[in-house]
Amino acid sequence: MTREDIVKEVNNLLAEEFEVDLELFTPDANVRDTLSLDSLSLVDLVAIIQQTYKIKIPVADLKSINTFNDLYNYIESHLS
Amino acid sequence: MNKRVVITGMGIWSCLGNTLEEVRDSLYNGKSGVIFSQERKELGFRSALCTQIETPNLKPFVSRNLRQFMPEEAQYAYMATRSALENARMDQEYIDQHEIGIIYGNDSVAEATMNALDRFREFKDTAACGSGAIFQSMNSTVTMNLACLFKLRGINLTASAACASSSHSVGLSYLLIRDGLQDCIICGGAQENNLYSVAAFDGIQSFSTRESEPTKASRPFDRDRDGLVPGGGAATLILESYEHAVKRNAPILAEIVSWGFSGNGDHISTPNVQGPARSLELCLKNGNITPAQIGYVNAHATSTRIGDSREAQAIAQIFGDYKVPVTSTKSQTGHEMWMAGASELIYSILMMKNGFIAGNINFENPDDDSARLNIYPETKEAHFDMFLSNSFGFGGTNSTLIVKNL
Repeated sequence: MTREDIVKEVNNLLAEEFEVDLELFTPDANVRDTLSLDSLSLVDLVAIIQQTYKIKIPVADLKSINTFNDLYNYIESHLS
Repeated sequence: MNKRVVITGMGIWSCLGNTLEEVRDSLYNGKSGVIFSQERKELGFRSALCTQIETPNLKPFVSRNLRQFMPEEAQYAYMATRSALENARMDQEYIDQHEIGIIYGNDSVAEATMNALDRFREFKDTAACGSGAIFQSMNSTVTMNLACLFKLRGINLTASAACASSSHSVGLSYLLIRDGLQDCIICGGAQENNLYSVAAFDGIQSFSTRESEPTKASRPFDRDRDGLVPGGGAATLILESYEHAVKRNAPILAEIVSWGFSGNGDHISTPNVQGPARSLELCLKNGNITPAQIGYVNAHATSTRIGDSREAQAIAQIFGDYKVPVTSTKSQTGHEMWMAGASELIYSILMMKNGFIAGNINFENPDDDSARLNIYPETKEAHFDMFLSNSFGFGGTNSTLIVKNL
């Protein structure tokens, strides 16, 4: 999977799951703010990444994911 | 001094329709909501009969993050409650300024619980359940969701009493308002309609297997009945004190004049006669009402062999020589279980307000017990001003309500 594929797929996945306009997904945008995530719905982000990519994001790692770029990087680096 | 308790709004999401007008017409025309489900058959159901309910679209009303907390039946309940509040002319601004409560009947959340635990087992991670799983999988999911969505600050309680759940929810609401502890309570019942919610019920061979004729399968009181058809949806009633309703200039539809209840203290699934009879008797006694004042009985009768017979005996015992008109609307809706007590009040009020009694469809031949009752097999134009509604459930829980026209 190329970086471009990951970006496209993740964006589509999150836009559908969280019902947010794709145009708001810029690399430097904050994931929590853009998706309107609170402490509960943040669990859904973890769950959907786990179900789609079989990647489990531990709480400690989650804290370091702020922007969409951070999220793409995390997925790219953990895809086997 | 006891307060009078009136019904000022009704809303429903059912196999007979999603508006009061649609449901009224379905009742009048003897429409059946029962269908055959190929999916259930292929998955191993002994009976693939069920009811068809439209999937509600909550997107325009509830944000994604809040919908995550709502299983199927809470979505039905939300739609029914929106309609009921509109029907009662009660808007959010009014709710924000007054203490409104909620008591709703619900007794399972099978599919939501199963889905969450399946994900947990697959990924061996509790986070895989998702953010909504805990709120979706509790029996009180309907009241917890609706209380937050409609910003309710009064009593917040779920009644779980099997197939008498929502009748008890109305009865409890009636008592709290009558005794002056609440001015207004949203009450009703919800029932999930997915196949997982009734797989175990199918397993104990309670369902009709008349699969070749789905609309003839639910036939309460008929000699050739062979089991119930599972249904679902949600029904909401707005209850308030008469003074409260008059003060806010609400439309007053009917009055709840009595509640009676009892336990069988007997078998978990097989009802007896004395438990239900005592529920009817106490309801009449508590309201100081004579049997002859009742113009219509909406029976619990679900189309099971023993249940219908025992109820027929109980009604005959209590009403004696007075041949009160009796029907079971489950002949059209199947058994709406946790929702049934509330939905059947709505069905009966629609009949009372529109001058007819919906026929007990598929009642072709009586058996020895149902022959003692005055069962209407077809819709009749009829005027009545007071009716009695029965709801009975597993474990021997019985609830009877009497409602008067206003």
